[in-house]
Parts: sequence; C-alpha cells; structure tokens
Amino acid sequence: MVWRPEPSAEDLAVRIAEAGLEQGSLLEMYRTMCLIRVFEEAIRDRYWAGKTPDFNIAAGPIRGLIHLAVGQEAVAVGACTPLREADVVVSTHRAHHHALAKGVDPTRLAAEIFGKVTGLSRGKGGELHLFDRNRRFLTSGVVGTSFAQATGAAFGFQYRGERNVVVMFTGEGAANHGAFAEALNTASLWQLPLVVVIEDNLYAGSVPKWGTQAVNQHYQRAQSHNIPAYLVDGMDVIDVYEATESAIGRARDGYGPTVVEAVCYRYRGHFEGDPGGYRSRQEEETWERLDPIPRLGRRLEQLGWAGDETRTAVRRMAAEEAIQAVKVAEKSPLPNPAEALQGVFA
Amino acid sequence: MRTLRGIAPAVSEALDQEMANNPEVFVLGDDVSHWGARFGFTGGLQEKYGRGRVIDAPAGGQNVLGLAAGAATTGLRPVVALISGDFLGTGFDQIYDHIATVNYLSGGQVRMPVTIVVAVGGGYGGGAQLSQMRYGLFAHAPGVKVVVPSTAYDAKGLTTTALADPNPVIIFGHRLLTGQPGVPFEGEDEDVPEDPYSIPFGLAAVRREGSDVTIVATAATVRRSVRAAAHLAEYDISAEVVDVRTLVPLDTDTIVASARKTGRVLVVDEDYQSFGTTGELTFRIQAGAFDRLTAPVRRVAVPDVPIPYSEPLEQAVIPNVERIFDEARSLAGVSARAS
Ligand SMILES: Cc1ncc(C[n+]2csc(CCOP(=O)(O)OP(=O)(O)O)c2C)c(N)n1
Ligand SMILES: [Mg+2]
Repeated sequence: MVWRPEPSAEDLAVRIAEAGLEQGSLLEMYRTMCLIRVFEEAIRDRYWAGKTPDFNIAAGPIRGLIHLAVGQEAVAVGACTPLREADVVVSTHRAHHHALAKGVDPTRLAAEIFGKVTGLSRGKGGELHLFDRNRRFLTSGVVGTSFAQATGAAFGFQYRGERNVVVMFTGEGAANHGAFAEALNTASLWQLPLVVVIEDNLYAGSVPKWGTQAVNQHYQRAQSHNIPAYLVDGMDVIDVYEATESAIGRARDGYGPTVVEAVCYRYRGHFEGDPGGYRSRQEEETWERLDPIPRLGRRLEQLGWAGDETRTAVRRMAAEEAIQAVKVAEKSPLPNPAEALQGVFA
Repeated sequence: MRTLRGIAPAVSEALDQEMANNPEVFVLGDDVSHWGARFGFTGGLQEKYGRGRVIDAPAGGQNVLGLAAGAATTGLRPVVALISGDFLGTGFDQIYDHIATVNYLSGGQVRMPVTIVVAVGGGYGGGAQLSQMRYGLFAHAPGVKVVVPSTAYDAKGLTTTALADPNPVIIFGHRLLTGQPGVPFEGEDEDVPEDPYSIPFGLAAVRREGSDVTIVATAATVRRSVRAAAHLAEYDISAEVVDVRTLVPLDTDTIVASARKTGRVLVVDEDYQSFGTTGELTFRIQAGAFDRLTAPVRRVAVPDVPIPYSEPLEQAVIPNVERIFDEARSLAGVSARAS
C-alpha cells in the first residue's frame, strides 16, 4: 500500500481514461485476478488434502513446497496486461499469479503442480520450476538468480531488432542480491527493453525487510543507475497498470529499462505450512482491508462499468475455470517412471 | 543421556554449546533466527544468543559467504546456515576460490575457519533446486572438509569438531534425517549425551558387520543400506555396512579393510553418479583391495539427471532400500573369480 488520496468517481474516470483503460480491459483484469485467487485457493485446498491433521510435506496429492500469491494478484495482472504474447516474463519461486496473468493455461499449470504428465514440463519441474515456452514464461527456484537471465532475454530482443519486452519479477528480499545491481547496470548501459517489477510484500520468508534493507525501498537504487523508477500501490491494479504500461511502451520503443516497485502483501504464509508468528494479526487485518479484488470491484461500480450482478457473474465464471482446471489436473495421469531418465540433453 | 530425534537438534545443540563457550562463534544465513534455517539446524539459538549473534543476512550467497570469509580473517568463527545446499551456488566462488584456497595460497598465514551447514537431499517432492546433494562438488575442492552425518550422535560430535577445526567445513545434513515436524524421517530416535563431545574427522563407522558383501554409504543412504542389509540377511546374504561419515578427510583404511574382508563392494550415494563420490570411493577400494576383490565394484547413485519433481520420477532416481537390496543381492550372487 502506498498512501495516496482515494479518487472521487470523477477523478477515477479521468485517471482511467488517461491510462487508456476501457470497460472491457478493466473487466478482463478483474476476471484474471479472480481466476488467480480461486486457482490459488483450490491448489491450497488440494495441498492440504492428506496433510491434516498431521502435516507431512511428502504426503497428499501435492507434495513438496508451495508458495501462494493470494493478495498479490494486482501486481501480476497490472504488469502483465500490457504485454504481448511474444514478450517474456521471468518469474520467481512465487510464480502462479505471474503465469496465469501471462496467459499460461491453468490446467497445464495445475497439472505441473500435481506432478502430472499433462503438466507444463511433464512433471519434471514442479511448483518451483515452471516453464512455458509458448507463453514465454520462465522461473527459478533459486532466489535472486534470474536477474541476469532477464537482462539476457532483453538483450536477445534488442540484438535481433525485435520489438519485444521482458518483464522481470522479483521479491524485495531477492533484490538484495548483488546480481540485482549488475542487471540494472547492464540494462541501463545498453538501454535494454527490460521492466523490473519488484513485489515488495515486506517479508522474505520470516524476515521483515527492515532487518535486511538499508533503504526502505529498492526503487531508489534504480535512479542511481539512471533508470526511471516508480513506487506504486501493489494493492491497486490500476496503479500498477499505469506505471508498467508506460514502462513497457518505452522499453518497446527503445528507451530502455524501468523499475516499478509495487508495495503489496501476501495473505498466506511464505509457503503453505509456514508456522507464522512473525507478523501481527493487526498488520494482517490492515492489509486484508486493502484486498485488491474488492477494491477493483468498487471502482468498476463507481465507474458504472459493472454492477453487483455483472461482477458476480464474472467471478463465478473465473471460479469455474480455475476449479475445473485444478480438477482436471488432479485426475490426469502421472508420468511413467522411465521418463525420469529422458530429456537431460536436447 | 536423553533421546534426540534427528540430526537437526543435534547440530543446533553442538552450536549452542560452542557458542556458550566461545564468543567468536556467530551464525549467519537465511531465516536462521525465526525458523532455525528452516530445517532446524540453528533452532533455538536466536532466543538464547540474540540477533547480534544469530543473524538473518540480506539475501545472496556471495554476500553471506564472502562476509563469513572476511570475518574469519579477523579471528571470528562464522557459521553460515543455508536452507538448501542448492543455494551454495550463489556463493560458489567464495567457497571454491577463497574459503577453500586462502590458507594454502597465503602460505598458511590466513586461515578460514568457516563452518557451513546446509540441508540437502530429496525424496519429499522438493523439486531439483531443493533436493540435490552435490557434496561431491565441494569434496572435489582442495581445502574443504566435508561432513555427511547419518545419525544424531554423529551430527553433534562432528559439528563440535568442525567448530574447533581451523579449516573450512561444510556439513551436509539430509532433510529426511533432520527429524523436523512435517518432514518424513528415515532416522531413529537416539540416545545422545547432553555434555559436549567431539568425534574426530576421518573415521568411518561400521554400522553392521557382515562377510559376503560390503555396502559403503553416506547420510540417508546409510540408513537405507542398513535396512537393505536386514532384508539381505533373510536371503542368507551377510552384508557389512560402512558409514563414511566424512568425505574429506576420507577413512580409506576402514573402507578398504571391509572390502578386503568381503571381496565385494557396493557403493551407494544420493549424489549424481558420474565424476563424483562413487567414482572416488571405487578408485580407493580397487587401489587397496584389488587382490582380494572377487567381483567388480558396483554402485547405486542418482543417474545423471536433475532430481525430478513428480513422485514416480523422483522415486525412480533416488536410491532406495529396494534398489540397494537388488544390487547387493545380485553382486553377492556373482560367482567368485577363479583364483
Ligand atoms: C539463493 C536462495 N537462497 C534462499 C532461498 C530460500 N528462499 C526461498 S523464497 C525466499 C525469500 C524470498 O523473499 P522475496 O524475494 O521477498 O520474495 P517473496 O517470497 O516475499 O515473494 C528465500 C530466502 C532460495 N530459494 N534461494
Ligand atoms: Mg518478499
């Protein structure tokens, strides 16, 4: 949350028009955010199946770790809406919302999380290693290691004269890696088509950012590399969209990189099963009041673009899609063990 | 004596006892305070020693490991704890080119008493970047000692030794031996002395005596090999299980003695198969026991593929009791060479 005046209905209409948003695009953003929310909740539900009452990380239909992005939908959707299919998204260990916002098929995404042969990577990668070549979507489970890869993808576009853009997501914790500064330097020096989106959810695991950052925000660091930077309200999809849309446009036109820092909050633990205890209930409640989905809903209402009924219908459709995806994924077959030995080399 | 469950509380107890005696010991890493480095290796230390000595560092292996190296040059004893051995990659150069080599390159002037504790190993659906062993990579670097405990008793004693060693030591703790709630546990509850004690590096342990075949293993594969050996006994195959305990220094004598006794050796490892631990162990075995071997040395390791996520794939590559049993049984059945 970045404190700023809540616009009146009139101001809102002006802002929306200036951002180039219309009823259809705003409703589509609302739909995608709902899809992500329900997808995450459905995955969470299946994750806990077989893990209660006694939690066992290796039991149930989804094994291992999962990192949900409930609460952070606005950042993913705001930043990915201006993208085209040929643009690249480089994501992190917390990647479901980015994937869905980039248009990755929810069924294949869910199937990978279940380790099914119908998954994005036939079950080889799993939740921490999500890739979709067609949607141009990449991740890494090792935090802070993708910055230079994003720079490299942007270099590739520039080198070949393609007017595509790379959006690189990072957590505020990961941005403490030295490689973050290296990537900013290179991207600025070569004016690469890179948009860095920092999801500042205030914590890296159990560690609050005041314990690990010398400055409260990272966006200021961009300025020292001559990179324009925005601090935006990550709980407000319009705010995120406005900043990233112009950043992506500039990158596409050859004007180089931008950093967008979106202050947000994750509503769930760092991973499911996170014992918690490091955030106060009061803090959590404060952020829950800023839930980006009802917030956008109220704005749609204010603009006269979607009343209760329309929004309910959109939510229901999105929910059905997400739930169906998770169901189909869970019912899909597991890979044949022999596949384990295939595919090390291309 | 009292019972401890797993290597994680054993390591944290050893750290605690050293920290109580030696103000130069401090802990640095990811989530080391609140979450005890996630797998419990630094559990309870922050409550006792405060945030000045149990420090959540800004992310980045280069930063954390470089900082530890620098601090060590001033006489401190840094303990770096990371959630996963896979993350050592982000500080690889600090280990490989500095922490490992500076004592030698400085002609013995500059020591690097850095202790690194990481969780490793798969079998719980962690995916490659949270399941790999890769200790062979570090054992390969001259100048680093490598500890691979299989019991809580060893984990405590070897950690105490690490903290007294003037050299860098990496302790690779298998996740499925940590004994942490919510994580499958392949170890056993053990009686572990409360008082501090140390176990010298470079002493392998014979976990089970046998006469037909020797199984040499590390960490979780020791437990699996002991189970496989019990099963082999039902087929009248007497298997000896040797726990390596420390890869560097390596107790070649104990391993070779067992190989000479049984004449048949199976080397088991959860690290990648090629160009690593199993190859090195096999070299030493043939060099010391060639005249007594009655069959070529065999191995069970992770075939050379990154650890896959999906359960049937993961189970297909990580050495389990069944694969160890099958291979040992087949090895025991090979007819002896005419001598
Ligand atoms: C190199 C490395 N170190 C540590 C970890 C363990 N880890 C996973 S997520 C995480 C925190 C990341 O925080 P942040 O970048 O703020 O992202 P968030 O989880 O808040 O989305 C850590 C330390 C890792 N995956 N890789
Ligand atoms: Mg964060």
